[in-house]
Amino acid sequence: MATVYVNGKPVDIGNEKLNLIQAAQKAGVLIPHYCWHPALTVVASCRMCLVEVGERKPDGSITMQPKVVPACQTPAKDGTVIVTNSNKAKFAQEQTLEDLLLNHPLDCPVCDKAGECLLQDYTFNFGRAQSRMIDEKNTPPNKPYIGNNVTLFTDRCIMCSRCVRFTREISGTAELQIINRGHHSEIDIFPGEPLNNKLATNVVDLCPVGALCSKDFLYKQRVWNLKTRESVCADCSTGCSIWLDGNKSIVYRLRPRYNPQAQGHFMCDDGRLGYHYVNSIERFLQPMVRRDGKLTPLPWTEILPTIRQAFQSVAQKDAAGVVGVLSPFLTCEEAYLIAKFLKKLSGQVRLALGPVPILGADDTYPKDRRGRPIQPVKFTIRAEKCPNRRGVEEILRYFQGEIISFEQVVHDAAEGRVQAMYLAAGYPPRPGGWISETQAQMLQHIPLIVCHDLLPSPVSNFAHYVLPGASWAEKEGTFVNHAGLAQAIHWGVVPTGQIRTDGQVFLDLLERRGLLHAPTLRKELAAEVPYFAALARGDLGEYGIPLNDERSA
Amino acid sequence: MADFEPVLLRRILKKASPWLDAYRADGGYRALQKAVHEMTPAQVVDTVKTSGLRGRGGAGFPTGLKWTFLPKDHPGPIYMCINADESEPCTFNNRILMEEDPHQVLEGIILSCYATRASTAYVYLRYEYGRSYRVMQQAIDELYNNNLLGRNILGRDFHLDIYLHRGAAAYICGEETALLESLEGKRGWPRIKPPFPAVEGAFRKPTVVNNIETVACVTHIVDRGADWFKSMGVPPDPKNPRDTGSYGPKLYCISGHVNKPGCVELPLGITLRELIDKYGGGVWKGRKAKGAIPGGISMGIMTEAEFDTPLDFAGPAKVGCLGLGTAAVTVFDEETSIVDVLYNICRFFAHESCGQCTPCREGTGWMLKIMERIRRGQGRLEDLNILEVAGDQMGIIPGTTICGLADGAGWPVKNAIRKFRGEFEQYIRGAKKSRLLELVKTH
Repeated sequence: MATVYVNGKPVDIGNEKLNLIQAAQKAGVLIPHYCWHPALTVVASCRMCLVEVGERKPDGSITMQPKVVPACQTPAKDGTVIVTNSNKAKFAQEQTLEDLLLNHPLDCPVCDKAGECLLQDYTFNFGRAQSRMIDEKNTPPNKPYIGNNVTLFTDRCIMCSRCVRFTREISGTAELQIINRGHHSEIDIFPGEPLNNKLATNVVDLCPVGALCSKDFLYKQRVWNLKTRESVCADCSTGCSIWLDGNKSIVYRLRPRYNPQAQGHFMCDDGRLGYHYVNSIERFLQPMVRRDGKLTPLPWTEILPTIRQAFQSVAQKDAAGVVGVLSPFLTCEEAYLIAKFLKKLSGQVRLALGPVPILGADDTYPKDRRGRPIQPVKFTIRAEKCPNRRGVEEILRYFQGEIISFEQVVHDAAEGRVQAMYLAAGYPPRPGGWISETQAQMLQHIPLIVCHDLLPSPVSNFAHYVLPGASWAEKEGTFVNHAGLAQAIHWGVVPTGQIRTDGQVFLDLLERRGLLHAPTLRKELAAEVPYFAALARGDLGEYGIPLNDERSA
Repeated sequence: MADFEPVLLRRILKKASPWLDAYRADGGYRALQKAVHEMTPAQVVDTVKTSGLRGRGGAGFPTGLKWTFLPKDHPGPIYMCINADESEPCTFNNRILMEEDPHQVLEGIILSCYATRASTAYVYLRYEYGRSYRVMQQAIDELYNNNLLGRNILGRDFHLDIYLHRGAAAYICGEETALLESLEGKRGWPRIKPPFPAVEGAFRKPTVVNNIETVACVTHIVDRGADWFKSMGVPPDPKNPRDTGSYGPKLYCISGHVNKPGCVELPLGITLRELIDKYGGGVWKGRKAKGAIPGGISMGIMTEAEFDTPLDFAGPAKVGCLGLGTAAVTVFDEETSIVDVLYNICRFFAHESCGQCTPCREGTGWMLKIMERIRRGQGRLEDLNILEVAGDQMGIIPGTTICGLADGAGWPVKNAIRKFRGEFEQYIRGAKKSRLLELVKTH
C-alpha cells in the first residue's frame, strides 16, 4: 500500500504502478499533459506536466527535489510528494503554455477542435493571459491530404507526437513521422504513403489540438452544439465503447470511449465512419401496408392491431408455420420482447436468428510494414459485423432451446411450410445486403410477411407490412459483444418521421402499456433469463458487465 | 608551465607518421600489451578511477565512475560508443587526434573496451569529418591485420570489433542518448533517463559513451599510471564537495580574434588570459578583447575582466558560465558587437534544437526572432528581460527539458544579457549599430 501526497493531501494508490499524473488524478488533481497518453509510450517531451516532487520520509520530514520534473515520467512511490500549485510548478506550466502558443495560429474561431481543445482548456486554467511575443509566427503550409479521412493543419500542431507514436505502436503501420528540426518540425507522411490504415482516424482523437482533423466531421458542427451520449459501436462484435455525438436527429460523429473490458482506447474507421446510414434519406419513415401491390402509409394505431390480429389468426391455424426472424442488430431487450410476443401466440411458433454478416477474417493490429499482423495484439476488428449475435442467441436459446438458422427458415419457406413471418431486421446497408435476391425470392410466397427494417431491401419490395425500424443510435438497450460483455447503449439522436423504436413497437404488439425504459426491461430480463442474471441492477455502468458463460469457458 | 611536454599531441607536433609501425616505434600499443597481459579489466577500471580522469566531451563526468555503472556479470553484449560527433562550435581537438594520430585513439578504445568488457565499439563521427573517417578506417584495417582487433586479441580471450559510423551532421547527435538513437538508425532525439545508457543503451544493451579525447587519455593513464596523470591539474576544491578535481592534460582550442589560433595541450587549470596571451598570440590587430567563450558557445560568455579565471572543470562556473565544456576558447575583440555575437549564437541553437521538448523547440526560435528584431533596430528594452527569463528557464538544470542542449542554448543568452546589458540597451536605443549590418548594407 503506497501513499502519495498531492498538494498536501494524502492519497492511497494501492499497489498500482502509476505515474504522477495518474496518482494525482486519484486525488482529483489535474496535472495538465499533452504528450502522455495511457496507451502510448512515455516521451516526456511536451513538458506540460512539470510539477515539483519530493519525498516524505517515515519521520514526516519532506525533502523536495531542486528542479521541476515531468509527472508523466516519474513513478509514484510510497511517500512521494507532488506539488502542482506551487509558484515554481505554476511558472513552469505557464512558461510551457506560452511557448506552445508562440507559433500557434490561435484561429480558434474557425478551428474544428475549439471547445474540446486541450490547448484552450489548459491555457484557460494554467496559462498566462497574454503572449509576450510580438514577432511573426511560423506558418508552415497545411497538408490537406495526409490520408483519406484525416487532414493536417500543420500550424496548429504542438508536436506532442502522439499521432506518430500511435501509428508506430498501435497500428504498427508507421505512416506518420516528424520532419525538419527545431521550431520548424512538422508532422508529415512519406510521399505516396498516406495515412490510410483502418485505425487512422484515431489520431484525430489523440490530437490534443486542432491539427489533425477528421474530414468526415470537418466544419459540420461546432462541438458545443453536439449532444454526447455513451453508446456502443454496432459495426462488429468487438463492441467498442463510444461517444455518440449528435444534434437533433442527425448523428455527426462517433468517438471511442475508453473501456478496458471491451476494446481499450480506440476504435476502427469502419465503425467510426459507418454511421451514415442513420442519417440516410432513404430510410422508412412511416409504417406502411401493401394495398393493390403498392405500399401505402397507415398510422401506427391502426397497423399494429392489424398485424397482431393477423398473426393471431395464422397461429391458431398453423402455429408451426409462424416464424420470427431476430436479427443480431436487435438489442437484448427487443429480442426478448418480440420473442415473448411470438411465443405468446403459441409455443410452437419458431424463432430464427437473422443472417449474421461475416466479412473476411478478424483483422488484428499492430501490423508490420508489410501489413502482416504482429504480436501482441492491441486491437481487433472482428469479421462478425454485428453487435449482438450472442445476446440474441441467448434469448432464442431460452425461449426454444435451439437456434434455428435463417437458411433453414428460407428453405422451409421455399417448401411452403411458412405461413407468416415477422422479420425483425434492422440491418445497416452493407455491400451485398443482408439478404440476397435468391433468398428473397424463396420468401416471396409466404402469405404474411412483416418487414421491420431501416432501409428498402429485396424483402420489403413484396412484404405485406413494412414497419420503420430505429437504428442503434436512436434506441436504448443492451448489446452483448463477442466475449459476452453486456454494454448499455443510449439513444443519441431522436428518430425522424414516425419512426418508433423497435422495442416500443414490440411493447405495443404485446399490449403492454407505457414507454420503453431499458433498465426496467433489463431487470425483467435478468429475472427471467438466467444468462442475463448479472444485469439485475438494471444499470450496466460505464464499462458494462461481463456475463459469465459456461459454454465459452 | 612553459616547459610542459605534450602527451596527447606528442606525435602530432613532431609530424610523425600515422601508420601502425611508426606508432609502435614511438612506444605505441605498449599500454595495451601491459593491460592485456598483466592487468584484469577491473584493475584497468581502478587505474582510470584513481587517476581522476573526467570526460573531455563537455560534461566532465568521471570516466572510471561511469564504467562502474555497467551492470555486473551482464551476459553481454556490452557496447562502447565513442563520441566523435564533435559539433560544438570552435572545437576541433578530436579531429586533430583522429586525423594525425589515429592509433593513439584506437589504443584507448581497445583499452576502454578491455576494461568494460565491451565486445563492440562504435565510433560515431560527425558527417563533416571525411578525412578522419578515412584515416581511422585505414588504421582499423591495419589493426585487424595485426591481431590487435578481431578474435583473440594478442592471443588472449578478448574479442573486439570497431565500426566507424558517420552521422548526418546534427549537433544534437553529440548528446549521448541522441547519438545512440542515431546509431540505431532512428531520429536523433535524446532519450528520457532513466534508464541510463550504462543500463540500457545502444540496441537496448549496456553501453558506455566516451569522448575521443577521453579514450586517448586512457591510453596514457594505463601506460604511465594514475599518479602521473594526477601530477598535473587542479586538486578538488575542499569547499565544494561535488568537485572531484581536474587532473591531467587537456587540449585547448583557441580561435576567434587572436593572432595564433590553434590547438594546444596544457595541464588543466591555466587561466584564460594566459592561454590567449601566451598560446594564442594575443588579441589580433593590437586590440583588446571584449570577451570570450570559455568552452564552446553553449558554456556562456566571459567578459575581459573575468579572464583570470582558471580553465578547469570548476573554474568557468565561478563566473557564471555553465562549465568548461570542450575547452574551446573563442575570443572576440572590443570592436565586435555583442548583439551580433548573440544573434549568431541564437541562430545556431534555433537551427540545431532537435524539436522534442517544447521549451527548447519554441524557446530557441523565439530568442532568435527577438535577436533578429533587435539587430534590425526594432528592439525593445523589455526584450532583454524576456531573453533573460527565457534563457534561464530552459534546460535540465531548471528541469524543463530532456537533454542539455537547452541549457547550452539558454546560458550564453542570459550571460550576454547580464554581463553586457549596457551595450544591449545602448544598441536598442539606437546609439550604436552593428558594424556587420553596415558592411552588409554597403554591398
